[in-house]
Amino acid sequence: MTQPQTELMTSSTGTETMIVAENVEKWYDNNFHVLRGVSMTVAKGEVVVVMGPSGSGKSTFIRTFNALESYQKGSITVDGIKISHDLKNIDTIRREVGMVFQQFNLFPHLTVLQNVTLSPIWVRRWPKAKAEEVAMQLLERVGILSQAQKFPGQLSGGQQQRVAIARALAMQPKIMLFDEPTSALDPEMVREVLDVMRTLADSGMTMVCVTHEVGFAREVADRVVLMADGLLVEEGTPDEFFGNPKEDRTKKFLSQILH
Amino acid sequence: MTTAPPSLSSTRPPAAQVGAIAWLRKNLFSNWFSALLTVVLGLLLVRTSLGFLTWATTTAQWAVIPANLPLFFVGRYPVAQYWRIWAIVGILATLSGLSWGILSRNLAKLFDRNILIGFGVAAAIAVLIPAPIPYRILLLALLGLVLASAWIGRLVGQRMPQLGQWLSLGWGLSLLVVWWLIAGGIGLPGVRTNDWGGLMLTMFMSVTSILLCFPLGILLALGRQSKLPVLRWIAIAFIEVIRGVPLITLLFVGAYMVPLFLPGGIRLNQLLLAIISLTLFSAAYLAENVRGGLQSVPRGQAEAANALGLNSVLATILIVLPQALKVSIPTIVGQFISLVQDTTLVGLLGAFEMLGISRSILANPSFIGRYAEVYLFIGAIYWVLCYAMSLGSRRLEKQLNTTH
Ligand SMILES: Nc1ncnc2c1ncn2[C@@H]1O[C@H](COP(=O)(O)OP(=O)(O)O)[C@@H](O)[C@H]1O
Ligand SMILES: [Mg+2]
Repeated sequence: MTQPQTELMTSSTGTETMIVAENVEKWYDNNFHVLRGVSMTVAKGEVVVVMGPSGSGKSTFIRTFNALESYQKGSITVDGIKISHDLKNIDTIRREVGMVFQQFNLFPHLTVLQNVTLSPIWVRRWPKAKAEEVAMQLLERVGILSQAQKFPGQLSGGQQQRVAIARALAMQPKIMLFDEPTSALDPEMVREVLDVMRTLADSGMTMVCVTHEVGFAREVADRVVLMADGLLVEEGTPDEFFGNPKEDRTKKFLSQILH
Repeated sequence: MTTAPPSLSSTRPPAAQVGAIAWLRKNLFSNWFSALLTVVLGLLLVRTSLGFLTWATTTAQWAVIPANLPLFFVGRYPVAQYWRIWAIVGILATLSGLSWGILSRNLAKLFDRNILIGFGVAAAIAVLIPAPIPYRILLLALLGLVLASAWIGRLVGQRMPQLGQWLSLGWGLSLLVVWWLIAGGIGLPGVRTNDWGGLMLTMFMSVTSILLCFPLGILLALGRQSKLPVLRWIAIAFIEVIRGVPLITLLFVGAYMVPLFLPGGIRLNQLLLAIISLTLFSAAYLAENVRGGLQSVPRGQAEAANALGLNSVLATILIVLPQALKVSIPTIVGQFISLVQDTTLVGLLGAFEMLGISRSILANPSFIGRYAEVYLFIGAIYWVLCYAMSLGSRRLEKQLNTTH
């Protein structure tokens, strides 16, 4: 059932789609209707920035893409694999999707290098030497090579977040999800993380980023969407979105974050 | 450096704020009430200490200790087989020394001042104790063995760090060897558990129960958090039932009631039953300690592991559990210390562990009335054991601290 649908998407847009979410609905246990029918398509290599007021369901939405959250209605297809409502087939999907969290969530009891090699060794079953070699390359890419033997607690916030990016990349994912990756950082460290994300986007990675960094969205995003109260309110290119928003909700939100 | 260095006088606090006098004034005589308290308590302390010293040097008859030294340490273990106990102590000393050396391979100095003082004191005790000369020499040799293997462990550990893994294997194997040496069989004459006793039996019960209750406690803690209702209910029921029953009751049930339920002919060893009771009891408490640790690990940790593709078993084993155990080290070791002390209850049931053997010594007409001497002696041994454990726990915590 998913197969024809995916092919349809591919043929209609002419590019390969990586994520197709259709009318996704989710209720939390307390019957809170957090996602109220959200649809979104992300093409291969595309960078989508998700904005919206706090509590609007942004985190919940992107966390359904790697099955950290279940959902009850609608459908989500990631790289051609349908995520079932009961999250039975999550293993394959999680290998395809890397995620970076607001609070870094590095493993404090493991060194930086062990953080990055953990998943390749235990999930991909790579030999340790190979995993370490790849990890060192990634750490060099994010500029943390010299800190490889330290523990996360000994690094600054910006460094920790760059390690978290390297850790997610170590699984060689096809899609990267970022959930407010710079919100927990001191202002002077935001830039180093955004720079790494920009390089990643330039390398052709498919990315969905929840962020309120307008500069990043303008320069890097192919598309910006606004989420409010569990719905996608508006979507458009950065120029349209910031320069000429159509919805009142968007105008109100932009007036709040731009001033 | 444009500013002038501060003058010497201003870098030190005034003399009245440092030194012993200042410390005394600040901590013991800060106002008239605390001064009064200090004087009264000080007098009390001096009185009791003097009283104790007078008793210990004049009234007390310490002969009961050296006369029964073997009983205190190994109970009725056959004299001809003592060498097996020495061999065990030797193996453990070597392994401990090696482990210590490897763990401190990155430290600048292996033997710092405190450690040297500790060994000096231990050596002095070994020389001065009223035991036959060969035993004193053996004790000194054991201390030497620890120091030598620590030195070797550090030297080898610096060259080949994988020695640590071999050593873990060595510890695992040593369990089997120790078991074989104590109980006999396969080429050694067997020694019945009824003849095991003293400190050796205390240690045997403690170590076996600790090794068994640790994994069981972890499984119970995980079971209590499980999403599967049946598992969760079993874990909760077990934990709550055991925690609601005094250990002594559990020991009685194990010793007198379980044999009644067993089909005829099967007679479980009393020591085994006692160890099972101790294990189940400690596991229930341990489970609660570990659960506290599990709850202290932020949810984001398991989520990050899941996002990396680790399934929930791997995420638990590799990410959540190590952090949970690290936080619970103090309470876990506290539980182990209680367990060591609780082995005395098995003595009340008739085992000849340290308390049991002391009671039987005191029942001997030639040592009647020597309660204070005997109980002080074994009390000191328990204290050394338990204090060593809490020292070790603090070292471990320091070693595992990765935040600096
Ligand atoms: N586990 C949960 N149980 C119940 N409600 C939740 C849970 N997680 C989030 N919510 C609620 O869902 C809403 C959306 O949360 P979230 O997706 O984190 O929003 P955002 O990332 O846009 O700030 C919020 O109102 C939040 O309180
Ligand atoms: Mg959020």
